[in-house]
Amino acid sequence: MSSDVASLDMPSEEPGVQLPSRQHVTGFGFYLYLLSDGILFAALFAVFAVLRTATDGGPDGHMLFSSRNAFIETACLLTSSFTCGIAMLACDRRNKFVALVGFLVTGVLGLAFLTLEIHEFADLIAKGDGPGRSAFLSSFFTLVSTHGLHVTCGLLWLGVLLVQFLLRGFTPAILRRFLCFSLFWHVLDVVWIGVFTFVYLVGGYL
Amino acid sequence: MTTQQRHDAQRGDSNTPGLEGREAHGSLRGYIIGYVSAIALTIAAFVIAPNTNMAPFSVVAALAVLAIAQMLVHLIFFLHINTAPAQKINVTAFAAAMLIIAIVVVGSIWIMGHLNRNMLPMEHLMQMQR
Amino acid sequence: MFGKLTLSAIPFDQPIIMGTCLVLIFGILAILGLITYKRKWDWLWTEWITTVDHKRIGIMYTLLAMVMLLRGFSDAIMMRSQQALASSNAHGFLPPEHYNQIFSAHGTIMIFFMAMPFVVGLMNFVVPLQIGARDVAFPVLNSVSFWLTAAGALLINLSLGIGEFARTGWLAYPPLSELPFSPGVGVDYYLWSLQISGVGTLLSGVNLVTTILKLRAPGMRLSMMPVFTWTALASNMLIVAAFPILTATFAMLLLDRYLGTHFFTNDGGGNPMMYINLIWTWGHPEVYILILPPFGVFSEVISTFSRKPLFGYRSMVVATMVITLLAFTTWLHHFFTMGSGADVNGFFGITTMVIAIPTGVKIFNWLFTMYGGRVRFTSPVLWTIGFMVTFTIGGMTGVLMAVPPADFVLHNSLFLIAHFHNVIIGGVVFGCFAGLTYWFPKAFGFRLHEGLGKAAFWCWFVGFYLAFMPLYILGFMGMTRRMNHYDNPAWLPYLLVAEAGAVLIFIGILLQVVQLVWSIKKRGTLRAGADPWDGRTLEWSTASPPPPYNFARVPQVAGLDAYWEVKQEVATALAQPLEAIEMPKNSGLGFFVSFFAVIGGFGMIWHIWWMGVLALVAFFALIVWSSWDEEDEFELSAAEVGRLERANPHAA
Repeated sequence: MSSDVASLDMPSEEPGVQLPSRQHVTGFGFYLYLLSDGILFAALFAVFAVLRTATDGGPDGHMLFSSRNAFIETACLLTSSFTCGIAMLACDRRNKFVALVGFLVTGVLGLAFLTLEIHEFADLIAKGDGPGRSAFLSSFFTLVSTHGLHVTCGLLWLGVLLVQFLLRGFTPAILRRFLCFSLFWHVLDVVWIGVFTFVYLVGGYL
Repeated sequence: MTTQQRHDAQRGDSNTPGLEGREAHGSLRGYIIGYVSAIALTIAAFVIAPNTNMAPFSVVAALAVLAIAQMLVHLIFFLHINTAPAQKINVTAFAAAMLIIAIVVVGSIWIMGHLNRNMLPMEHLMQMQR
Repeated sequence: MFGKLTLSAIPFDQPIIMGTCLVLIFGILAILGLITYKRKWDWLWTEWITTVDHKRIGIMYTLLAMVMLLRGFSDAIMMRSQQALASSNAHGFLPPEHYNQIFSAHGTIMIFFMAMPFVVGLMNFVVPLQIGARDVAFPVLNSVSFWLTAAGALLINLSLGIGEFARTGWLAYPPLSELPFSPGVGVDYYLWSLQISGVGTLLSGVNLVTTILKLRAPGMRLSMMPVFTWTALASNMLIVAAFPILTATFAMLLLDRYLGTHFFTNDGGGNPMMYINLIWTWGHPEVYILILPPFGVFSEVISTFSRKPLFGYRSMVVATMVITLLAFTTWLHHFFTMGSGADVNGFFGITTMVIAIPTGVKIFNWLFTMYGGRVRFTSPVLWTIGFMVTFTIGGMTGVLMAVPPADFVLHNSLFLIAHFHNVIIGGVVFGCFAGLTYWFPKAFGFRLHEGLGKAAFWCWFVGFYLAFMPLYILGFMGMTRRMNHYDNPAWLPYLLVAEAGAVLIFIGILLQVVQLVWSIKKRGTLRAGADPWDGRTLEWSTASPPPPYNFARVPQVAGLDAYWEVKQEVATALAQPLEAIEMPKNSGLGFFVSFFAVIGGFGMIWHIWWMGVLALVAFFALIVWSSWDEEDEFELSAAEVGRLERANPHAA
């Protein structure tokens, strides 16, 4: 009987004598939040998939999307993910200078990404193809803007974190926060893979 | 938190997503492999997408495969999710989330596809009101 | 300057509302006055408003739920009364535009601000104690979650006196909820209130899943967790998975209303059915979020009061997890009639019927637990038996409607209304009352008066059947939901019986209020020690109420029903030396975030844009401010812990 019941356990969940570190618990909780964010994006992707043909006689993806723009944005975000990883390695080794440079470059690339995106939106809106033009455009703007808003919040967060880092160095709290930020930033890049593939490439060409 | 939890990151925190413990150079190699692979997969997608020689369905399928591959690259090389026993809960949580996402996206497309096929288009419905 | 807000927002011409508001305002002023007179503001601030203790937060959630039960029930009795009066030539006392707000408020409040907080409150209080933890994983976040829920509740209640509420039902379907058909502030009150409390709920889900998976006492493997903890895990996993969908869907409706997008509008390519699809993708898991923890309560209650371990622990856990998975596969049964065709309907009809199977397994396990046990018929057991009968009936009518052709006749009839009240009242409400009575002595150190509790149960139980069984018949007779007037006099007798049932439930609620007041008054004679029911799980090993740190020594767990094993042996745990305990500091973050959430929500509702911006800036500032101090814990020395333990007369 007890062996039946024990089959409910996961081998990794054998609780040892000590309970997990605060960093471990915070990292896991933040990871769960990120998974829930993934589901939020899934709902927006589902809406995009359903409404992508509802152009109300207006323009569709073929006419509106620039793959050159999307490529540059992708390059910026992907590279910023890489530099974020380098910065995290520097955190492991408590290398203040490399960590700072790594995170700064991450931030700059993130800003570049946002600038390109805002330009694209401004152009579309100026032409009258804003989010109110059709259901297709509503879903496009909302999906991509939600990602962009997450990027914006991430950059604000990074800014505050770097100030705290400059003042205090590698405290346990700051290490925890850098960990959460890097998880956040990497997941945003994962979501962007979905965006550039299904919105810009599929939506733009097919 | 309470004395239940140790405060600092320790070696062997390898079951926290995103942390791989303090391994020296191996991790830099991992990030570089991940970055280069992701670039390659991205370029491949941008090259295949405008291709008019393949059937549209094949193009979409190829793009989907490339996207999933790149997501996995990110997960493994940047987020350090792997199949180590200590990571099992992270993988399980991820798999569960993917299942929900698949149900929501595929389910919605299936349902709405049927609805759109069976029901009058909005413009016709609105015309009936007038 | 004030957007759309003018003095005409206050419904001076509606006496019922103005009377209610005056009573509420006087009541609130009286309470504030009493606190001031007794000089309790410091105490309130330190002990309750800024607490991060899961036990206190659980109590506050439960208190919020019980207050909102009164509001939601007032809506209910107004609806019953209207329907009992408005037959044929009579028109009752509630015109349609008023009635529509009442049924919308009733559903919204009962689900989001009564049932959810009640369930979350119980889980918050009990789970850390059951797993031998000192608190949840993120105590400050826990406080934020509670206060965000309270902020949402406050906003909804503000709509009574300032403006109006939605007239769209508790799910606000478009196109009715879009601007052309709901130009007022009602739907905006609904949306902002639920977005705010929805964030709180999602954070709470993350918090409790992390707590259960990472903070169990050493030795407590998953297979040794109490069943209530398993159902709490399942429910919170569903919260993490489902609530983002609600947030996204409401956000899109808000965008339609504020920025002129076309997600669900009639024009511009919008698709209202997509809203219905998504809202139910959240909505069906939501009802499982509500029912699974009460299932856990019943497991705990029935095994304790049958003096036997729960029958079929493994199958209970497996059934819970199967229900959790299947919860995400049935949502279309809420809109069988809306045109998706036979293939789709057939699939979801089958999944809906399948989900009844693990539920049936659970019922049998509870029955087998009672069989051969020496059952004590305390009021928690009465609620449990009442649940088993009532929920089974409700479940069966659900399976009946799972057959799409049957649903084509019964959709949106009173049969549907009877079904879901059957399972929600019989399941969620009865379960929460059982849990409340069961864990009340743990929280407060004294029991609730048993006689009044039993009387309240019988009023609720008989009242429920009187109120809702006629509705099944009315459904078959063709009466649809949400009617404020009808022309078929044959319906009237049934509606009169239903009204009688509502009155009986009202008496039951009154008895519960009296029970609470009386029990507090007579708490000397109702004193309870650590283990008043001879329980089996770890929460009964702590004092009643438990000290702030729950366990002076971290429990070492060796098996299922951890406390029962301990009780059978001589306690040797006392030999271990005490250690210092790190406790989380109080935090005002939750209260202040929610303060600005109310301001921001109110501003957005009334198009007072500067208020919305102010709130946003304030959020950012608050988060930065609260993150600035990294020392968020204080230490209780071992000597201090020892002193607290010795001073506590109920220390186990």
